[in-house]
Amino acid sequence: MSDASFETRAHESEPQFGDYFALLKPRVMTLVVFTAFVGLLAAPVPLHPFVGFCAVLFIAVGGGASGALNMWYDADIDAKMRRTARRPIPAGKVTGEEALAIGLTLSAFSVIFLGLATNWLAAALLAFTIFFYVIIYTMWLKRLTPQNIVIGGAAGAFPPMIGWAAATGDISTASVLMFCLTFLWTPPHFWALALFVRMDYDNATVPMLTVTHGRRATRRHILAYTVLLAAFALGLGFTQVGGPIYLTVALVLNVLFVKGAVDIWRRDEAAAEADNYRAEKKFFKLSLLYLFAHFGAILVEAGLDRLGVWA
Amino acid sequence: MSLSKQHEIHQRRRGRNIGLGLVLVAFIAIIFGLTVVKVSRGDFQMQPQGVSDGN
Repeated sequence: MSDASFETRAHESEPQFGDYFALLKPRVMTLVVFTAFVGLLAAPVPLHPFVGFCAVLFIAVGGGASGALNMWYDADIDAKMRRTARRPIPAGKVTGEEALAIGLTLSAFSVIFLGLATNWLAAALLAFTIFFYVIIYTMWLKRLTPQNIVIGGAAGAFPPMIGWAAATGDISTASVLMFCLTFLWTPPHFWALALFVRMDYDNATVPMLTVTHGRRATRRHILAYTVLLAAFALGLGFTQVGGPIYLTVALVLNVLFVKGAVDIWRRDEAAAEADNYRAEKKFFKLSLLYLFAHFGAILVEAGLDRLGVWA
Repeated sequence: MSLSKQHEIHQRRRGRNIGLGLVLVAFIAIIFGLTVVKVSRGDFQMQPQGVSDGN
C-alpha cells in the first residue's frame, strides 16, 4: 500500500479488521463449520483432535475465501440490493482488489494446508468447492438461470463430505447422502423465504424462480424438492452414520416438512396474502430446525458410537 | 510526511494491526501444533528401502 492511500482514504472509511472478516461471510461459515465437524466426527476413522480442529478450520477458511471471491465478483449487484448493500465492498470499506487478493490467498492457503494436515482427496474436494462456488455459480450460472439457488446450494453442501474425506481419505454412500441433505434442503428453504419476503433481485437482474416462472411454479418446486429431500434424508438413516435416534428425528421432521410443503403447494397467492404467508413462514422456520436437527442427530449417533453405547 | 510513533495513522489502524497480529500468532501456533502431532505420530518417518517391494 502506498503512502498516497494514507491521505486518500477518508478516516471514517478506514477499513477495520471486522470489515475484512465480513468478506468471509461469517454467518455462512457457521453452517460450514457445523456440517464439516459432523462429517468429520461421523466418519468411522478417528482423527487426532488437533488435526480434526485444523481440518474444520481450513474447510471454514476455504468457505470464507469463496465468500470473499463471491463478494469481489458480485459487488455490482450487491450494491443494488438492500440485503447486500452494506457488505464491505458496496459500502466502500474494502476495495474489490483487496477482496480478490484475500480470496485468492486464503483459497490457496486453505487447500494446501488441508492437504498437508489430512490428505489430498479432502484438499481436492475443498478446491473443487471453491471452484464450483466462484466459477460455476457466481461467475457463470447465478445471473443466467432461475435454478441458481439449486446450484449455489450444491457448493454449500460439500463441507460434510470434505470433513468425512479428511478423516477417511475416501468418499462413501454416507458422505454423498450428507451432501444431498444440504443440497436438496437449500431450494425449498430459500424459495419459501422468497415467497414471503419481497426481494429486489429484479433490480440486480438476477433471475429468481418466483419472478421468472411465477409463484405457482415456485410452490410446485418446493413440494418436488421436499419430497426428494425426504427420501434422501431417510435413506441416510440406513447408512453407517444412521441409527435409531437419527431415524426417529428424520421420520418426525420429514413428515412435518412434507406436510408443510403440501400446505404451501395447495395454497394460492390470495390465500397466502389473507393470512400474511403463515404457512410459508412456518415452513421456513421449520427448515432451519430441520437441517440443524438432522446433522445434530448424526452427531449424537457418532458420539454414542464412540462411547460404545450401541456396541 | 513523517511517521512518528504517535502518528494518528497508528491509532486509526490499531484494531486492524492487532487483529492481523493475532491471526499470525494463531497461524504459528497451528503450524507448530500440527508439526508436533505429525512428528509424534511418526507421519514423517521414512519407509526402510526394500521392505515394501518384497525384495
